[in-house]
Amino acid sequence: MLDFAEALLDPWSTQEQVIWNLQIVFMGMMVSLSCGLVGCFVVVRRMALLGDAVSHGILPGIVIAYLITDSLSIGPVWIGACLAGLGCGASIEWLRTKTPLREDAAMGLTFTSFFALGIVLLSLEAGATHLDPACFLYGEIGLTPLSPKLELWGLPSGNQALWNMGVVCLTTMISVIVFYRFLLVTSFDCSLARSLGMPVVWIQYGLMLLLALVVVASFESVGVILVLAMMILPPVSSAFLFHRLPSILICCLPLSIFYSVAGLHLAHYMNFPISASMALAGIVIFLPCCLLGPNGGILTNNRLQIREDSRDL
Amino acid sequence: MYLPIWKKLKYTLLILVLAREASVLKAAQISSTTEQDWVNQAIRFWTFTDSSIQIIAVGAILIGINCGLMGGYVVSRRLSMFGDTLSHAVLPGIAVGFMISQSKNEAALMLGATLSGFLGVSIIALLKRHTKMKEDSAMGLVLSGFYALGICLITYLQQSPNGGMSGLESYLFGSLVGLSTGDLLPLCICLSLIIVCFVLLNKELLLSGFDPSFARSVGLPVDILQYCIWLLLAFCIVSSLQVIGVVLVSALLIIPAATAGLLTYKMSRLLVYSGIIGAFSGIAGCFLSFMGERLPAGPVIVLCSTLLFLTVLFFSPTRGILPSWLRTRKRGQRIRCENTLKACYQVLEECSFSKQSFSQTSLARRRRKSAAETEREIEALIRQGYATRQESPTEQKSELPSETMVSLTPSGWEIATRMIRNHRLWELYLTKEASYAPDHVHDDAEKIEHIIGEKTVRQIERILDNPQRDPHGKLIPSQDDIDRGWLSPPLVVDK
Repeated sequence: MLDFAEALLDPWSTQEQVIWNLQIVFMGMMVSLSCGLVGCFVVVRRMALLGDAVSHGILPGIVIAYLITDSLSIGPVWIGACLAGLGCGASIEWLRTKTPLREDAAMGLTFTSFFALGIVLLSLEAGATHLDPACFLYGEIGLTPLSPKLELWGLPSGNQALWNMGVVCLTTMISVIVFYRFLLVTSFDCSLARSLGMPVVWIQYGLMLLLALVVVASFESVGVILVLAMMILPPVSSAFLFHRLPSILICCLPLSIFYSVAGLHLAHYMNFPISASMALAGIVIFLPCCLLGPNGGILTNNRLQIREDSRDL
Repeated sequence: MYLPIWKKLKYTLLILVLAREASVLKAAQISSTTEQDWVNQAIRFWTFTDSSIQIIAVGAILIGINCGLMGGYVVSRRLSMFGDTLSHAVLPGIAVGFMISQSKNEAALMLGATLSGFLGVSIIALLKRHTKMKEDSAMGLVLSGFYALGICLITYLQQSPNGGMSGLESYLFGSLVGLSTGDLLPLCICLSLIIVCFVLLNKELLLSGFDPSFARSVGLPVDILQYCIWLLLAFCIVSSLQVIGVVLVSALLIIPAATAGLLTYKMSRLLVYSGIIGAFSGIAGCFLSFMGERLPAGPVIVLCSTLLFLTVLFFSPTRGILPSWLRTRKRGQRIRCENTLKACYQVLEECSFSKQSFSQTSLARRRRKSAAETEREIEALIRQGYATRQESPTEQKSELPSETMVSLTPSGWEIATRMIRNHRLWELYLTKEASYAPDHVHDDAEKIEHIIGEKTVRQIERILDNPQRDPHGKLIPSQDDIDRGWLSPPLVVDK
């Protein structure tokens, strides 16, 4: 095990390492930023576990796309995953509205069934190729620098995976900025939105689509379950610091930078998987927020209450 | 220091990774023989001659019952995702249990896992109580946080020199094949605990689950009961975990209970049904996985229960989607039919019942519908034996096709009169007893006339003292009129 100061400096000692690690940090930042931005609205709407559901639900889509095209190219896999994610979302919505099932049961039922279907399909068709299962569970963000180099107009222009994630991240940011008013009003006051003539249902579906996009883009780097961490941690932590949604959204940026940098160092220090250590870094920053945050932190709350109580006396 | 360089596409990695998982699962399937004849295979399974099959079948049934029973409680209290959270939150406990005992000691791992699941659940409760966080965010936080911690710890242990952590991955995916008699013991203990708990504390659990504030006011220790249930749930999940894995254990908690919820409203019955459904999907999944070439048992069990759920959802006689759709359709047809018959009555009433038949166009005018639509409605009436149709004998002079005349059969008459009677009585009732304005009562009566029963109509008649005329001055046919065939019973034209 390395010394602490050493661990801090070690990843940045040689030029090669700096380039390598910068790519990982940049990737992690973009993943947690786009997840966090979508996550803000998802958390506000109390659909936090939907991210978990969708990230499990995409598995059969990936497998079917692989079986149909018999190739591993990015396009079909993406389309399959997106379709399965949307199918999962639509089926949850249908079960919730058209049957006596409650939302939580509909969600749990759908995603576990999708996941089981994916595994069965996979075990029926895929051969007995051997490789480390760790990647699917923890993501493979550490391999970001290995993805093929892109060449635009004959110029080397960086990393394919980074570009993919960058496009998704940019799409997320632009959609959040463009549709900010719509998302805001529909998240907090559905009836007001309806009376203002906003297409509430379509905004809901749009958010689901964005969620599916972000989950599909992110799960290969941070793994199936940790997508959820990246989605929930930023809004939940910053909600203890700020009261208004714009501040919470903007706060996702510094948080995501912190997650990826701290995650990288933690992974380096303890030999953990990078994505899991990103989530741990998120938990580490969540704790002080939750305890001491000015906006509803546990200890600040109590102190305020005590002060108020003493004033009453 | 860095991972070896794999110069492949990320997706290659991903799919290969998935494939590897499949191979892990493939090891978990039960089928072991080279017998080709599936009948023999089936016989071999159902006679339970092999001791391994016995153990696996008993294990699957036990898990199904355990999860079904706990799930009934979980789903009816809207805590479905709670089970999912709990099943992920046990991971760090498994690693810590291994760390402390320094071996794959079953008891230590199970204790650690149960405690860690319990800790996770308590954190959710604390976050919910002391901060403004909503339940779903708290659950997501605990789920992903504990899972991340668990993965980190397991990775750390795998790298540690004493190794031996390889078996821990089975907790993520589970395997039925490794089931031994010793593994059945915790399942049996769990089942007996659940049954004892549910039988002894039936009333208390029901009350604290459905109306916590009342339970508290009666003096029940609601919080302690709640924590007991969580502990039991954690134990149930942990004992099933190594057979069915982290993700799919929540499926077995939710799906049988959701299926049972479609069948009954009563809690005790729901628990029994959901236990039975869980056991059935367990054994069915085992059987299919045994029959199939490369089917892993856990996911097949889950898919079996999903299939069962879908069957119940669509075909259950009382609340299934298909039967209730058929019922709605039939009711719609009946109401349309009754409306047409009512219009027929009104057409005949316009000419004070001087004729026994009326033309199709007069009906169309009355209903304000096109000739084609009226034609279809009359066809429907004729099909059900409520009306007959004949060509008008009088107007043969024109070149136009002669007007079609329609007359009602006695059964058609009876329904038409009854509808009119219901309608007018209800209108009168609303104006007299509920002080509605006479021009406001029509729409309401238009709906109620199809639903209101014979008994209610008589009651209304009694309240209104056998009235003759409705608020608009029209005659209300009496029950006697209906029985006698009223005023001028139409002649049934022989064909």
